[in-house]
Amino acid sequence: MVGIVSYGAYVPRYRIEANEIARVWGKDESIGKGLGVFTKSVPGPDEDVATISVEAARNAMKKCSVNPSEIGAVYVGSESHPYAVKPTATIVAEAIGAGPHLTAADYEFACKAGTAAIQTCMGLVDSNMIKYGLAIGSDTSQGAPGDALEYSAAAGGAAFLIGKENVIAEINKTYSFTTDTPDFWRREGEKYPSHGGRFTGEPAYFKHIMNCAKGLLERIGTKPSDYKYAVFHQPNGKFPVKVGKMLGFTNDQIKTGLLTPRIGNTYSGSTPLGLAAILDVASPNDRIFAVSYGSGAGSDGFDITVTEKIMEINGNPTVESFIADSKIIDYATYVRYRKKLHLGGE
Amino acid sequence: MRDVAVIGVGITKFGELWDKSLRDLTVEAGLKAIQDAGISSDDIDALYGGNMSSGLFVNQEHIAAMIAEATGLTEKHIPATRVEDACASGGVALRHGYMSVASGIHDIVVVGGVEKMTDVSPSLATDALATAGDQEWEAFFGMTFPGLYAMIARRHMHEYGTTKEQLAKVAVKNHHNGSMNPNAHFQNEISIEEALSATMIAEPLGLFDCSPISDGAATLILCPLERAKEFTDKPVKIVASAQASDTIALHSRNDICRMDATIAAANLAYKQANLRPKDIDLAEVHDCFTITEIVAIEDLGFVKKGDGGKAAEEGLTQIDGKMPVNPSGGLKAKGHPVGATGVAQAVEVVTQLRGEAGKRQVKDAEIGMAHNVGGSGATCAVHIFEVV
Amino acid sequence: MAVSRFWREIPQRYNLEGNQCTICGRKYFPPKHICDSCRRESIGKMKKVKLSGKGRIYSYTVIHTGSSMFNLQTPYIMAIVELNEGPRITGQIVDCETNDVKIGMPVESVFRKIGEDGKNGTIYYGYKFRLVK
Repeated sequence: MVGIVSYGAYVPRYRIEANEIARVWGKDESIGKGLGVFTKSVPGPDEDVATISVEAARNAMKKCSVNPSEIGAVYVGSESHPYAVKPTATIVAEAIGAGPHLTAADYEFACKAGTAAIQTCMGLVDSNMIKYGLAIGSDTSQGAPGDALEYSAAAGGAAFLIGKENVIAEINKTYSFTTDTPDFWRREGEKYPSHGGRFTGEPAYFKHIMNCAKGLLERIGTKPSDYKYAVFHQPNGKFPVKVGKMLGFTNDQIKTGLLTPRIGNTYSGSTPLGLAAILDVASPNDRIFAVSYGSGAGSDGFDITVTEKIMEINGNPTVESFIADSKIIDYATYVRYRKKLHLGGE
Repeated sequence: MRDVAVIGVGITKFGELWDKSLRDLTVEAGLKAIQDAGISSDDIDALYGGNMSSGLFVNQEHIAAMIAEATGLTEKHIPATRVEDACASGGVALRHGYMSVASGIHDIVVVGGVEKMTDVSPSLATDALATAGDQEWEAFFGMTFPGLYAMIARRHMHEYGTTKEQLAKVAVKNHHNGSMNPNAHFQNEISIEEALSATMIAEPLGLFDCSPISDGAATLILCPLERAKEFTDKPVKIVASAQASDTIALHSRNDICRMDATIAAANLAYKQANLRPKDIDLAEVHDCFTITEIVAIEDLGFVKKGDGGKAAEEGLTQIDGKMPVNPSGGLKAKGHPVGATGVAQAVEVVTQLRGEAGKRQVKDAEIGMAHNVGGSGATCAVHIFEVV
Repeated sequence: MAVSRFWREIPQRYNLEGNQCTICGRKYFPPKHICDSCRRESIGKMKKVKLSGKGRIYSYTVIHTGSSMFNLQTPYIMAIVELNEGPRITGQIVDCETNDVKIGMPVESVFRKIGEDGKNGTIYYGYKFRLVK
């Protein structure tokens, strides 16, 4: 069965506290508490989606003994690719020694571009078009200065090597729910995204995750209690807890994959990193329920069962080790690193 | 092979010379040398010009012909050659001028060196200087020229205990010498405290550990020793001319605390002249940074490896010390118009050997050495001069 | 830097691909056309080899006045790293404070953005180093 052969993560080490952002904009600690985001990760001045994707991919390759020349496809999903035209995927392929006998492309679907890449790799592997596929979700997204999104827009990524042999976790089924819903977008040439405020909640995030989750459970014939872990797209610390509850999952099930309160929303890296954090601690036969969400809008759901093979891989570096390696910076340094000195009107 | 003598010297003031172009500088130094030698331009058989980066600084290559023309030498269509070996361009130009006379191919030869560095911003000047290092594997990753020498200093401190105070002593001494040199870029004295508290450039090197960006030119007139008395009653013989190369990247050297190119060139030079380090009465060495002088006096054999810092501290290298180094003020105070430096060092040595160095005269100077380095040590030219 | 000039060295900049003399075993980075020891004998006998990126700091400095491409990143740490396989290379040390670095410390390579050819030019990626924890 098709599944995850290996996985790797990367989160930059710089952190800015929500309270520090609030201080600069004349707000108080209620903002961080309200969002359930207390610190978020910040990429260094020499980091971008290409470097984060390469580190995550290299970490995935380190954990297994797959020869990179056997990788038949590389897809990188992000909403902050370094180039508007020139793929990140080829940089990653070159940097892990894969290619040239492979296909590659970059994906964009807001925060679910990485899980869309996983689905594509599943199809290519299952149909025997390729032996292994590498799917990466990573981002260094930004929120406009002073906007609510500035508190949560963070950086990070995770890579998944998909194959049929020696899988550490089988993907039993994937199902998606997609509509044309303009809840959050960024026009070509614009520096920061825009969003529909409260419209991003019920008609967007909740509608798609609920429908996708219910649709997946129905098609497999399972219920929430059948799962050891659950991870939902986590734009803040509150939404995934709420949607989990609405679906019948417990806090115990979602807490391992819930990273946003400590590192912020890594956008295309969000669900992938949550899944990676779960795999870091999962045991054979654990069942995992994962549903991503991308604005625009859609959700990809996955029903995953961990196999015995997970015991054979060395989990380091784990997601928790990245989270623990943290250096707090102030808003001035954050602005310098993120080149936010132009506030518009150019 | 015949002996070669220096019969004339000329040098401009070094500094930020806004109203002088590259042409202006070379003509000034050239004419001074021609007058000093008492020759006519008609006597000149060839010209060798040392220059590192006229292309990047003033957007002009092919400057040998340009200099020959500016100095009125193209009427006779003499051969004019530009020599480039980064900061060793001047010393290597001298070697080529020397070889052409020693071999009998030419009789009277002009050797000049010039650099016009202040027509570009300091940032672009820094980029131009960095081309002396490895562009792909050093500069591309963020290395700067001061950074290279800073790493040499750091390793030298690690292996031999050299201190920042010892580096500062070199700067203080050279500024003191420069204060007695009317052509020096800087003629102010500095204190150890000023040197130690200066802005950091690349740790551990601060502003006063680094030679400046300067404009300037220097010229020598060479002729066969057998004819020297036709032109001057104070000829100075070139008793050794040696040159050596090493890897361009600092990281490819065997040991960054020494410059194998200096050691190789110096050994050749001592052998040619049948002399030993203790026979040298004064040396103009390549102090592009204070650490470079410390490493150089070790590699030239004046002190044991590792003792360079101590030598500076103990005043060995002062004008009245046992081994005077850089009586002109060195690159630090005299200035470092890159292509001119190697020739300027020779001009100083000749001036000292003639007894014409005024307040900075080294007593009883009979044998002098000029040591010129390119990049972080990839090229070295060593010349030894002796009073006839 | 021209696109072709950067692209030509991608195997070196991304993957530390050097080469080795198959006669004496000496390793080089960047790759050399011939071996310094075996010289003429080694023509055509050099083989590609990927270096591990692990090594120790041989010397270092903290740069306060950078070259034009790096001036907004100062102060930054540059070092000569002696790779385990023998060759020494020059690179930036990242993810630590300027006081943390000492000669002899073990480091490993990471993949980072080195610079770019202006706002609308290509982006240069390559190796930097971080201290091994």
